[in-house]
Amino acid sequence: MLTKRIIPCLDVKDGRVVKGVSFVNLRDAGDPVEVATVYDREGADELCFLDITASHENRKTIIEVVEQTAARVFMPLTVGGGVRTIEDIRALLSAGADKVSINTAAVQRPEFVKEAAERFGTQCIVVAIDAKHRPAPATGWDVFTHGGRQSTGLDVVEWAKTMARYGAGEILLTSMDQDGQQQGYDLALTAAVSEAVSIPVIASGGVGSLAHLYDGFVEGKADAVLAASIFHFRTHTIQEAKAYLRQKGVAVR
Amino acid sequence: MIAIIDYGMGNLRSVSKAFEAVGHQAVVTRDSHVIGNASHVVLPGVGAFGDCMANVERYGLEEPIRIAIQSGKPFLGICLGLQLLFTESEEFGVHKGLGIIPGRVRRFEVDPALKVPHIGWNQAAIQRACPLFEGIADGDHWYFVHSYYVEPADRKIVATTTTYGLPFVSSIWRDNVLACQFHPEKSQAVGLRLIKNFGSWK
Repeated sequence: MLTKRIIPCLDVKDGRVVKGVSFVNLRDAGDPVEVATVYDREGADELCFLDITASHENRKTIIEVVEQTAARVFMPLTVGGGVRTIEDIRALLSAGADKVSINTAAVQRPEFVKEAAERFGTQCIVVAIDAKHRPAPATGWDVFTHGGRQSTGLDVVEWAKTMARYGAGEILLTSMDQDGQQQGYDLALTAAVSEAVSIPVIASGGVGSLAHLYDGFVEGKADAVLAASIFHFRTHTIQEAKAYLRQKGVAVR
Repeated sequence: MIAIIDYGMGNLRSVSKAFEAVGHQAVVTRDSHVIGNASHVVLPGVGAFGDCMANVERYGLEEPIRIAIQSGKPFLGICLGLQLLFTESEEFGVHKGLGIIPGRVRRFEVDPALKVPHIGWNQAAIQRACPLFEGIADGDHWYFVHSYYVEPADRKIVATTTTYGLPFVSSIWRDNVLACQFHPEKSQAVGLRLIKNFGSWK
């Protein structure tokens, strides 16, 4: 039976883990490779690196990080942040990434997703969507870009369907309202997107407890859940998360 | 020396690093002499079937692959490297494969309850004892990422099956050829064990 996936996500800037990872017993908790090794050992199902390097010159640092990580851990690795060209994708995949996530570039030119899927296969193209609830009394969610700063006016559910049609293999769905709040995923959003598309959906943004992971799978109907601080700050380990989910009847590895 | 065939598709670095991690030397190549002289040959690959087959032809790799398999040396196909061995695929129209294993490559049925691609960790039920599964348990989890699966004409070559909506063939074993739909190079400890077993296979 296909199991539900738990994916820790690391924000990487200039080749270093940011937002803090409070691992003890690590020589260097800022080294993405070392952190990846811990998550590998704990049985994470995949890893995600989000490159938030601002300057163009430092962008090759993520390639080095991916190369070093792929030489040390043998698990699926998704890399996102600043993926704009076919060449960006090729470089990440040849460095050892299995999937790339595309966000702003997909909104700017949807054909890019189609071209990428045709060139590399749909299975390695993840489209990341940053969603924000429309202010009441309006309902639904708008797509945001540029790290959640810029509204596009696109409807999230419609956009997800479009991206699936263009060849996205997966949707990484982040609630900008919930992100960093530790109050749980936006379950209505996650369920709405998951039901609208026939490709897997990864829930992201807002995890503060193990119950939130469970809710993401059951109420949000997510195929995978992404989380950062709950694991980075050792509130819980991956094993604890899996034990909890297993006991609640969710199929995990 | 293990030759990993490079036809310009997918993440070959992970495959070669996995061999290195378990103490086997591997080289990524599209040189027919290197492939011909290798002790073991690996055909990896991700992407679309038609594109992959076109690249195999463009680089003149059909013949080296056939010769490697006929020579009896250990041969490992991974993901698309499994599918390419078959007669034909229905991915984006019908495409001819290498035709080394009689059978077809089919898409998972459209079913609203089933997300396609099949992405994630799923179990492989061992159907036949194969030396390459030494140290690997029936029902161990493997990492999958694919929308198509193989249907061999000869069911006797089925090595493992996996259930996703329906039971499908997740690996085949025929003589010197083992080919799997899952990614051993991405399946952590269990995957590395298979890679190690393959590298030691005589």
